[in-house]
Amino acid sequence: MLHGLTFEVPRGQVTGLLGPSGCGKTTLMRAVVGVQVVSGGEVTVLGEPAGSAGLRRRIGYSTQSPAVYRDLTVLENLRYFAAVLGAPKDDPERVLAEVGLADAAHQLGATLSGGQLNRAGLAVAMLGRPELLVLDEPTVGLDPVLRQELWALFHRLAERGATLLVSSHVMDEAARCERLVVLRQGEILADDTPDGLRGRTRTSDLEEAFLRLIAERAAA
Amino acid sequence: MSLVITLATARRILTQLRHDRRTVALMVLVPTLVMILLYYVIDDQRAFGRFAPVLLCVFPFLVMFLVTSIATLRERTSGTLERLMAMPLGRLDLLLGYGLAFGLAACVQVALALAVSLTWLGLDIPGPLWPLVLVALLDALLGTALGLLCSAFARTEFQAVQLMPVVMIPQVLLGGILVPRGRMTPVLEWISDVLPMSYAIEAMAHACADTGPGGEFWRDVALVAGSAVLALLLGAVTLRRRTP
Repeated sequence: MLHGLTFEVPRGQVTGLLGPSGCGKTTLMRAVVGVQVVSGGEVTVLGEPAGSAGLRRRIGYSTQSPAVYRDLTVLENLRYFAAVLGAPKDDPERVLAEVGLADAAHQLGATLSGGQLNRAGLAVAMLGRPELLVLDEPTVGLDPVLRQELWALFHRLAERGATLLVSSHVMDEAARCERLVVLRQGEILADDTPDGLRGRTRTSDLEEAFLRLIAERAAA
Repeated sequence: MSLVITLATARRILTQLRHDRRTVALMVLVPTLVMILLYYVIDDQRAFGRFAPVLLCVFPFLVMFLVTSIATLRERTSGTLERLMAMPLGRLDLLLGYGLAFGLAACVQVALALAVSLTWLGLDIPGPLWPLVLVALLDALLGTALGLLCSAFARTEFQAVQLMPVVMIPQVLLGGILVPRGRMTPVLEWISDVLPMSYAIEAMAHACADTGPGGEFWRDVALVAGSAVLALLLGAVTLRRRTP
């Protein structure tokens, strides 16, 4: 249930989609990818209506629960999805190295740890160098070191020209985004840069900024 | 639709099977073991000659129905289907990929059961063997197609397994194995007339008759093949790009 959302995701940047669980982040991301039944409104992605066939090669999508085949090895998973996307032959090895999962290439999905599964799902989304990456909670359940590595990877991808829309319910990850969209109960509370958000709420802490936004909305 | 994606999908499904050796062993060996059991239970060469082809008809259907309904249900619940629907994969690519992979598995299954029946168990087929294999394969495809379709109506693996007797038992009871179809009460005969398994069993009987495959055989084969295509198309309708 999303209400009157209007926002734009700038190209070549990491945009964070933040808000508590159940606020509509996943629904919004699925609408962008084109797998959500949308009852009204317009979603335009890379200049085309969301869900159009031409977009399917240009968007990489990774769901909250890692959608990889548990009864295939990581590499077999990547090879299959690469074949579906028509990605270059060496793409599976490339994305494995980028998410730091090369050691587990021949491990079955079922034997991976939660963090490894997450990265395997992320690797699939990176196949074929999509222009837009939609990542639903890609760092959930990861240790701080891995989280930092993945955020560095997101910024490298953005520098190469990709656009990233990354959701999280952890506010300290917000500081790593160039732009933030804060959602609560299906409504946008803020659409700003982290600094802009801090300035507007007169606090240096983004968690505090979020709480003040909610109080502001309640008072209005 | 894309041949490359269909073949990649079939290869992926066979690779999944390869990692699950126990399932492969069960799929390949069980029909043969049941055939051997049937032989010793009946203990009469002529009666065995009548029942063995029915078993060759029922087993590929049964096993492929089960395997496909569970496999596609997993695909729906694990999120891999959603991932594929966000990719340039046609719905028929996925369905034909499943049909191809499990059709191949059915070939192995039928080949072993048939080889053991013809040699060790002394099954006598007067005509050529290919009509028999053709019907068994069509049965496997029908099972795959119906499995895909039925998996859309199950939320859990428990439910999917329970659908098997629902689809299977009426078709076997009304298929003319226990009581010839012409001797059933009219209502049951009408129901029997619209169940694809009735024609599969009939086609198998024609295939094993010493007259060899004739016009009636081809009519039955066309009906079974048509049912498989219909189930596949209905299955395609249940695969949605957008879900709530």
